Amino acid sequence: MARPTDTARESKAAAAPGSVAFILKKSFISAFVALVLFSLMIGVRTEAGPAGQLIYWTRFGDLAALVAAVFFGSIAIELIRGWLGPSRRVSLVPETLNSRLSGLQRFLAPALLVFALLVPVIFYEQRYMLDLGILVLTYVMLGWGLNIVVGLAGLLDLGYVAFYAVGAYAYALLAQNGLPFLEFSTASPFVSIQFLDLGNWAFWVLLPISGILAAFWGMLLGFPVLRLKGDYLAIVTLAFGEIIRLVLLNWQNVTGGPNGITGVPRPSLFGIPLTNTDDGLAARLGIEFSATHRVVLLFYLILALALLTNWVTIRLRRLPIGRAWEALREDEVACRSLGINTTTTKLTAFATGAMFGGFAGAFFATRQGFISPESFTFQESALVLAIVVLGGMGSQLGVALAAVAMIGGFELFRGLEQFRMLVFGGAMVLLMIWRPRGLIGHRAPSVYLEKPTEISSAMVKEGHG
Amino acid sequence: MTEPRSDNILTVDHLSMRFGGIVAVNDLSFTARRGDITALIGPNGAGKTTVFNCITGFYKPTTGMMRLVHEDNREFLLERLFDYRISKIAKVARTFQNIRLFAGMTALENLMVAQHNSLMRASGYTFLGLIGAPGFRSAERDAIDRARYWLDRIGLISRADDAAGNLPYGDQRRLEIARAMCSDPALLCLDEPAAGLNARESDELSQLLLAIRKDHGTSVLLIEHDMSVVMEISDRIFVLDHGVKIAAGTPNDIRSDPKVIAAYLGADEETAVEVMEGGT
Repeated sequence: MARPTDTARESKAAAAPGSVAFILKKSFISAFVALVLFSLMIGVRTEAGPAGQLIYWTRFGDLAALVAAVFFGSIAIELIRGWLGPSRRVSLVPETLNSRLSGLQRFLAPALLVFALLVPVIFYEQRYMLDLGILVLTYVMLGWGLNIVVGLAGLLDLGYVAFYAVGAYAYALLAQNGLPFLEFSTASPFVSIQFLDLGNWAFWVLLPISGILAAFWGMLLGFPVLRLKGDYLAIVTLAFGEIIRLVLLNWQNVTGGPNGITGVPRPSLFGIPLTNTDDGLAARLGIEFSATHRVVLLFYLILALALLTNWVTIRLRRLPIGRAWEALREDEVACRSLGINTTTTKLTAFATGAMFGGFAGAFFATRQGFISPESFTFQESALVLAIVVLGGMGSQLGVALAAVAMIGGFELFRGLEQFRMLVFGGAMVLLMIWRPRGLIGHRAPSVYLEKPTEISSAMVKEGHG
Repeated sequence: MTEPRSDNILTVDHLSMRFGGIVAVNDLSFTARRGDITALIGPNGAGKTTVFNCITGFYKPTTGMMRLVHEDNREFLLERLFDYRISKIAKVARTFQNIRLFAGMTALENLMVAQHNSLMRASGYTFLGLIGAPGFRSAERDAIDRARYWLDRIGLISRADDAAGNLPYGDQRRLEIARAMCSDPALLCLDEPAAGLNARESDELSQLLLAIRKDHGTSVLLIEHDMSVVMEISDRIFVLDHGVKIAAGTPNDIRSDPKVIAAYLGADEETAVEVMEGGT
């Protein structure tokens, strides 16, 4: 076996990285970069004076301290690296831990599901935890929806929030005004538009309609951007998201503009309202009315919607369309040579992802009771995309974990006040060093002959359009 | 017409392809006979891959006509079909010079993707498949059986569940051919299938191609630099140089054609003849 001699030779050849000269050189470079970066950020402090003029003063002491910290920190890191040995340079976490983690995965998904089902029981008295649970599940659902577009089909979509907004506004507007339909009559004007008031059934009737409308908008976005790839696609989807938001903001007489829509109807339990009235759920069951009932209903509602998204995605992956999505991510040219219509394949990915975004939007509207364009900024798109990327593109469990970590993390660090984002950003950087392809980076095959072997993330492509 | 039309699976007439001022293919005409292995050879930059890209719809030819006739006499004008429809309707499958497998998917999945269109129909355009209709399940079993047959055929059955990108180079080449065959083609276009293979592997490849022709009656159009493969398996050879056809015939004709040798050696014709006469 040539392996031991190879390592010996490598370590001799790689003697340079451990040498004093190498460490010093590296540390000097790091310190120089820090000096350039911090000289303006720390070294010079500017402020507007009382009369509006620019006043500035220097803080060279702080700057020197920081640069020195970087210099010695860099030396320390190099020493630790040399002490750990060259084999750990790529993987910061030992393989045994990684394999133990993947062994845990099998039990993780069912355990999480059971926990999610029990959350309203465990935290019945804690309204805050229930609300947080609903928020996390909303993002789990959005993440799973976007995962179809980004993770499976490999189409980078930065405007996913647009479909969330379409779903929310579709539900809010239709629920308030009633469902429009055409009425034909023998007298003039022969055809008129009437509005059907849906009453307590509003949510259940309008949920699928919101999804379909969002899917329709997904197709509409899909058509012009089909020819674009990678960065260009991302920019156009980003613009699409902004267009939708600006239309909502400026089309005052329909959307209410920046004031949004208030009094969006609350959901009912299949027609039974959750109100403190005689026909309300509490009265019918003969129990005392509590506002928590509605929160519990909302929790199970979003859980069911998220699980529906998950179930459909898992099934679609094993159908020819899902395989075509993944093939499209791997190699579009090869897809075309195999007679796959890449246009419709991309459009269905956009539409399916958008549909689940629309469902989530309708849920969001009914939960809040109030919607405005402020809820649908680019930041939301970025957050959902971060969840998908952090979770491991294409992995259902990874996306769910990432949503819990991201949204839960936001809340967890609330006590740190202004350092919240700093801690959060640091945690994300560390996670990306540890697992560059997301929490769960490998891919499970959709079909197998003997046994399903997981495909390492090194093979799987991210897609580029 | 002197011969029955269905004898030629592919007729290329006066095909030209220009990229701006560059003429990649210039007024090329050739035919590929049904059930034959037809080779297209020529020095680097002769325009062979451009011809392939025209036939398989990746380029729209500047001028020219490409007529494909199925066994049941259905006729397709390839220059009028939109890219993926050439594979879907006219049943022309191809492989690529630089392998284009779905690297992150298993060998089996690669072969399943190739059967996309038939599976898509069976799954009722996803809706029947989503509810698990029995018709789709049996269609999927058939698709897996077909994939298994081809994996067996190329000797990769034991690696069916491995990522295609993890397979050795030679296996990837064979898997790409199997993938093309899974789409049930009438004409199989292979772009340098022996590139990067060692002598034993390219010999196996020759046997595989001969077997494909024998067992499935698939016509093959081949671009290849490996002359041992070309001479062993081709029925007819067309030689291109600078986008122009310079010779056509059986392997024996081509082997002794001074124009071909001149093109390959980069010398003018007289020198080549001298070289040949001097050598023999």
